[in-house]
Amino acid sequence: MNKQNSVIIINNVTKNFPVGGEFFSALKNIDLTLDEGEFTGLVGPSGSGKTTLLNIIGGLDSATEGDVSVLGYSMDKTTHNERATVRRKNMGFIFQSYNLLPVYTVFENVELPLILNKVDSNKREKKVNQAIEWVGLGDKRNSKPNMLSGGECQRTAIARAIVHQPALVMADEPTANLDAENSHHIMQILVELNKELSTSFVFATHDEKIMGYLRRIVHLDDGQINKDEQVKNPKYN
Amino acid sequence: MLIRIALKNLLGARLRTILNVFVTSFSFFIILLMSGMYDGMLQHAKNVTIDTEIAGGAYWHPNYDPLDPMSFEDAHAIIPNEIKLLVDQKKAFPVLVSQASIYPGGRIMPAILKGIPPDQNIVNMPTQSLNGFNDGTIPVLIGKGMARNTKLKVGDSFTIRWLDVNQTYDANEGTVVYIMDTENFKLDMGHIWVPLDIAQSMLAMEEQATYVTYKTGLKEVNNKGDWIIRDVNYLVQDMEAIIEADKPGAQIMFMILLALAAMGIFNAQVLSIFRRGKEIGTLMALGMTRLRVVMLFTLEGGLNAVFSATATLIIFGPVLLYFGVNGIPLPLDYTEMGLIMAKRLIPVYSIGLILSTTILVSIIVLIVSYMPSRKISHMKPTDALRGKAIA
Repeated sequence: MNKQNSVIIINNVTKNFPVGGEFFSALKNIDLTLDEGEFTGLVGPSGSGKTTLLNIIGGLDSATEGDVSVLGYSMDKTTHNERATVRRKNMGFIFQSYNLLPVYTVFENVELPLILNKVDSNKREKKVNQAIEWVGLGDKRNSKPNMLSGGECQRTAIARAIVHQPALVMADEPTANLDAENSHHIMQILVELNKELSTSFVFATHDEKIMGYLRRIVHLDDGQINKDEQVKNPKYN
Repeated sequence: MLIRIALKNLLGARLRTILNVFVTSFSFFIILLMSGMYDGMLQHAKNVTIDTEIAGGAYWHPNYDPLDPMSFEDAHAIIPNEIKLLVDQKKAFPVLVSQASIYPGGRIMPAILKGIPPDQNIVNMPTQSLNGFNDGTIPVLIGKGMARNTKLKVGDSFTIRWLDVNQTYDANEGTVVYIMDTENFKLDMGHIWVPLDIAQSMLAMEEQATYVTYKTGLKEVNNKGDWIIRDVNYLVQDMEAIIEADKPGAQIMFMILLALAAMGIFNAQVLSIFRRGKEIGTLMALGMTRLRVVMLFTLEGGLNAVFSATATLIIFGPVLLYFGVNGIPLPLDYTEMGLIMAKRLIPVYSIGLILSTTILVSIIVLIVSYMPSRKISHMKPTDALRGKAIA
């Protein structure tokens, strides 16, 4: 793989959690490189370490050992504030339970990353409207999350994750709370965004439906990568 | 940017904001009302004393000491000419003071006998009730507390015994002609009021007085002999000393009220912030730094204080104003306890009280917003995102 186009380089990463006076290794000696524009899934059963790895990539958690470089930033050597800046400017997050701010409308939730990035109000409105249109929520822009279905909430979360056009979007079980129809709808949106914006996507999932869209699947088991496969012809992608 | 987000958060979280603002504004209201009542009580005591007893001030006989009844025997003289002129012009009135014993219902009780002109209108006392009794009995005006203690009613007669200027004991029957309902216990407890001319005759002290009380706004006379001027400032100094001595108590009460308010606000804010752990985690994931998270929530607290001050003005302002104008009725008569207390207590809200309360409550709101948000912002974002409880 071409290191110059790599958005994520992980070398020998281990993550230990203290459990009852001992340590539990959630990740063991992980090596992984992901290139720009990849549509990759970290796949494995519960407790395999996929969410932990995703959190370390996103700078939400730190590795116990090893090096993590994301978008050229060495995440294990940066401060909390620097990691926050990397996330703010270059990353988007999609969570299983959407994590929308309940008091904000769809428009305001999507607008938030742009406010944090101090984008001026005219540009902001244009970008938010564009993102809302991408995910097909044009008629819901003034609705609050409690007025939306699960699929609509997740589409709002996707719009929020991509509105500032980040280089990397991380999605942790994005379809876990959705039915099959909504899951496919969500994944089709993400595939389109990946193609249109060249944004790299990393999923943590054990949902079979998602796997049909992935072009690369990294299988994790018991904190270790036991298979890393390129999918030449994804079922739905 | 932060103020925009903070404002949006507050306005978006309607019920939560309403509850927080209500708790804080209710605390504002209680502190203002309680402190206002306390200040009002002290102010009222001073006003009542001036209205019913002091007026503009007094000229005292040099031997007069109101706190030493033994001094009364020597504290009388002909009023100096210039002071007498004020009396003649109805700008002042003389009072003659002596010790006496009374025998209501066969019991003996010490009393202070005071002779006062019935037609005076300088102090707020019903002295006119002493007018028009020429049947040889001594008309007596007493207070409600004195009537209760002596079991005397209007029309009751009792024996009064006194020592006249010649050191001769004399006695006569006095008749209660009026029972006054005064808030100033100093006019009531142990006092019997009789017409000045009768008192002068009883004591054989014609044209004499112990002190002369004058109207407000008069200048000091030039020739007052050896009589001593006691202006309002001097006469209320006891009252002010009591107020001054009571200040630490008032401050403690203020601090207790503030602490109670702080606990209420702290509960509301902590609950509000800790319930928003997941929201804080999301903000961190979206790239907000810890410092900005703390600033955001502290700012929300600050805006909460501003909203609360406004809400206090709108919701509780009319209530405070109503009490400030009409007063609060008190269930007990405190005069018999030796307190000058209004039957309707009118709170006084000074600018200092309003400002200090606003500033202190605002600081408390800021602190109780800062502390939990600082703690929660130091959690790992992954824990905050999971809504993990904070120890």
